[in-house]
Amino acid sequence: MKVAKHTFDAVIVGAGGAGLRAALQLAEAGLRTAVLTKVFPTRSHTVAAQGGVAASLGNSTPDHWHWHMYDTVKGSDWLGDQDAIEFMCRKANEVVIELEHFGMPFDRTDEGKIYQRPFGGHSMNYGEAPVMRSCAAADRTGHAMLHALYQRNVRARTHFFVEWMALDLIRDSQGHVLGVTALELETGEVAIFHAKATIFATGGAGRIYHSSTNAFINTGDGLGMAARAGIPLEDMEFWQFHPTGVAGAGVLITEGVRGEGGILRNCNGERFMERYAPNLKDLASRDVVARAMVTEINEGRGCGPNKDYVLLDITHLSPEIIMKRLPGIREISIQFAGVDPIKEPIPVVPTCHYMMGGIPTNYKGQVVMPQDGDPNAPVPGFYAAGECACASVHGANRLGTNSLLDLLVFGKASAETAVADIKSGNLTLRELPKDAAEPSLARLARLENQKEGEPVADVLLELQRTMQKHAGVFRFKDMLEEGVQKILEVEERVRRTAIRDHSKVWNTARMEALELENLIEVAKATMISAAARKESRGAHVRDDCPDTPEFPNGRNDKEWLKHTLWFRDGNRLVYKPVNLKPLNPDTQPIALAKRTY
Amino acid sequence: MTRVVQFRIYRYDPDKDQKPYMQDISVELEPTDKKLLQALVRLKAKDDSLSFRRSCREGVCGSDAMNINGKNGLACLTDIDSLTQPIVLRPLPGLPVIRDLIVDMTQFFKQYHSITPYLINDDPPPERERLQTPEEREELNGVYECILCACCSTSCPSFWWNPDKFVGPAGLLNAYRFIADTRDTATSQRLDDLNDPYRLFRCHTIMNCVDVCPKHLNPTKAIGKIKELMVSRAV
Ligand SMILES: Cc1cc2nc3c(=O)[nH]c(=O)nc-3n(C[C@H](O)[C@H](O)[C@H](O)COP(=O)(O)OP(=O)(O)OC[C@H]3O[C@@H](n4cnc5c(N)ncnc54)[C@H](O)[C@@H]3O)c2cc1C
Ligand code: SF4
Ligand code: SF4
Ligand code: FES
Repeated sequence: MKVAKHTFDAVIVGAGGAGLRAALQLAEAGLRTAVLTKVFPTRSHTVAAQGGVAASLGNSTPDHWHWHMYDTVKGSDWLGDQDAIEFMCRKANEVVIELEHFGMPFDRTDEGKIYQRPFGGHSMNYGEAPVMRSCAAADRTGHAMLHALYQRNVRARTHFFVEWMALDLIRDSQGHVLGVTALELETGEVAIFHAKATIFATGGAGRIYHSSTNAFINTGDGLGMAARAGIPLEDMEFWQFHPTGVAGAGVLITEGVRGEGGILRNCNGERFMERYAPNLKDLASRDVVARAMVTEINEGRGCGPNKDYVLLDITHLSPEIIMKRLPGIREISIQFAGVDPIKEPIPVVPTCHYMMGGIPTNYKGQVVMPQDGDPNAPVPGFYAAGECACASVHGANRLGTNSLLDLLVFGKASAETAVADIKSGNLTLRELPKDAAEPSLARLARLENQKEGEPVADVLLELQRTMQKHAGVFRFKDMLEEGVQKILEVEERVRRTAIRDHSKVWNTARMEALELENLIEVAKATMISAAARKESRGAHVRDDCPDTPEFPNGRNDKEWLKHTLWFRDGNRLVYKPVNLKPLNPDTQPIALAKRTY
Repeated sequence: MTRVVQFRIYRYDPDKDQKPYMQDISVELEPTDKKLLQALVRLKAKDDSLSFRRSCREGVCGSDAMNINGKNGLACLTDIDSLTQPIVLRPLPGLPVIRDLIVDMTQFFKQYHSITPYLINDDPPPERERLQTPEEREELNGVYECILCACCSTSCPSFWWNPDKFVGPAGLLNAYRFIADTRDTATSQRLDDLNDPYRLFRCHTIMNCVDVCPKHLNPTKAIGKIKELMVSRAV
């Protein structure tokens, strides 16, 4: 196969919030930049974000970046790196104001300032009271933000390669990153994008789970590419589950439904939360509710023909309250669950929502890995930002609205670092290895020639069911260990998938087969890292690590206050310390404590 | 309750087909399958060569616009049970077909790009946000929510005949989004640019666009407001 070659100063893979923010910085610095994206930029999944983006603007209540830092460290269950968290919280106002200047249609306060609303886990004065920190455009913040960033890129004349799928990272024998190979969906052609700097902004991988709030395209391609190129993945055991996604559809139902009095019921009609959380019941924290729901389902008290969901009941509320307070939820229920919640309860399941782990980076957006005794040595020429990266600001549990902020801050920072590295001559165009496209061509040839084999859809379903069952909301020691075996079996099946469509033009069967090869890397990293972490922390809750006086909430700081690094090669696990020191010597660190709300 | 649904789908793979044809195919659905997109995903598991775009599956990304029983819409927001069978699926009308239900959107985006789709304000930005009253912000409601799905423009006869000259409902709605934004200082250039027998005035208020918009937006109203502004500016 003929492989074309394009040369740029920088190549960005991904045009969601993080990729577009990075692209702006590079375009404005006058560097020749290519942005590759599987979908037209405004179709990236940032478009689905609803609630808002965090910044301590203090437009409606007093606020301070250090309070935000405290909330974020505590939310992360102290697994977040405090230098990166300080950096993000301090930069928040700047990047949000910039976004407003770019044209983002934020809602407004009576004084004409950016409207801010309260959000879970965000507080005033170190946990004292809720704070209004989430800058919002109705319940469409992600849409408004993504479109504003795209529009600004139109102004900056950013060079997009739309509907190009990156296949593999190119690294030379010294470990330098030299770009990517990519497939043009319309023509089926493969090309090399050769660059001084490569920035990954490929988003999440929520599709490793059967039930997910994530889009079809969220298949962890950036993580798969990095892992295949020998770069480790960090803290992959930490996934955020939202208690109430519509069963079968995955679309989110807000916590506000339970705030208005909604009740979760099992197949016997029992309000089961009374047994798990006698005081707060259905309004206990997300992880507690999600864990209770899974226990009910695992013990056979789920609802429906397969007993695989529970019911969220608001039929006891008056229709007026529902129409007034929950009109959007009624719309979603009718659209996606086929039930009018005024008359019938909504089938819900805990739903995979967000990946806290990812490609390890420092706060400057440089990808880092252990080399020569330094646990955080930069990989020359390689940067990452957004959900695919792990800076790590979210640690073991992300606070709502902190991800959109992460995209802006680290999208910008990664590009600024790349610009500096290119302009200082630190990065040059290194010679491509002769066989640079070989691994990608081999993957394509395997698919082309595989005559017998399993359909991609079947193997994908098995992967998702395995993850859902063995590494879900609530984790059990033996289930995790069995899960490792099962996912390695699924991996064998991934190697033998066959497609029937061999057209060159817009071959979505081929694309899905290639995506599955990325999902399996994410799935292995998750399962293996989770089986190994013998404590409960944040979103990773194990039955064999319960709440005890010695280990509050099951957390074991003596042995497990450390980041996991999973290497694809041999499924090797390595650990590195958490950075408890802020960036600035004058900044007060957030001392370890038990996480209670 | 399993149910079998009948489809008639436009198929064309330039790599192997001389010309497009309609394929009759049926698929068995699970009770949880409510939306047309879910049925398409099941169809694809049966015949992996069926090609269509999709991503968010909740009506916000604008990927899966297609012509469904003669009317443009998003597969992910269309109820299977509301459709008469066989369900006839065709690519969006008026744009070149690349393969099956996938059309070439170049012309559509060209028109969107032609309206300078970004905020223009050359005053040095203040240190904090530019102020805007809630009422001023309200003007953007019903226009900023556009997901660029192209349902409207590809149902507009004026756009079919002049896709290279008529901006089309989506582009015009977005033009109004910036005209209506009090932070934008380029209103008069924007109006000058649209004051053209083709760019704006090809719209004959046929209203097809309003009828199909899956986000319940009203391009005709936005076009009317642009025309009003042109008139009030002239006097
Ligand atoms: C329903 C929902 C609601 C949410 N609400 C909020 C909220 O209110 N506040 C908040 O802070 N966070 C929220 N989040 C989380 C947040 O929206 C995401 O974490 C964030 O948008 C991810 O942005 P990103 O730029 O990293 O990736 P994405 O926006 O997912 O973009 C990824 C990009 O990478 C491209 N790409 C991927 N693979 C390839 C490849 N192989 N080749 C080429 N291109 C590729 C894609 O085309 C896309 O352009 C929400 C998430 C969901 C699912
Ligand atoms: S109202 Fe105008 S833009 Fe809308 S369909 Fe009719 S001619 Fe087209
Ligand atoms: S106006 Fe409506 S139909 Fe037209 S592109 Fe926007 S969202 Fe789609
Ligand atoms: S899949 Fe995104 S709009 Fe239908």
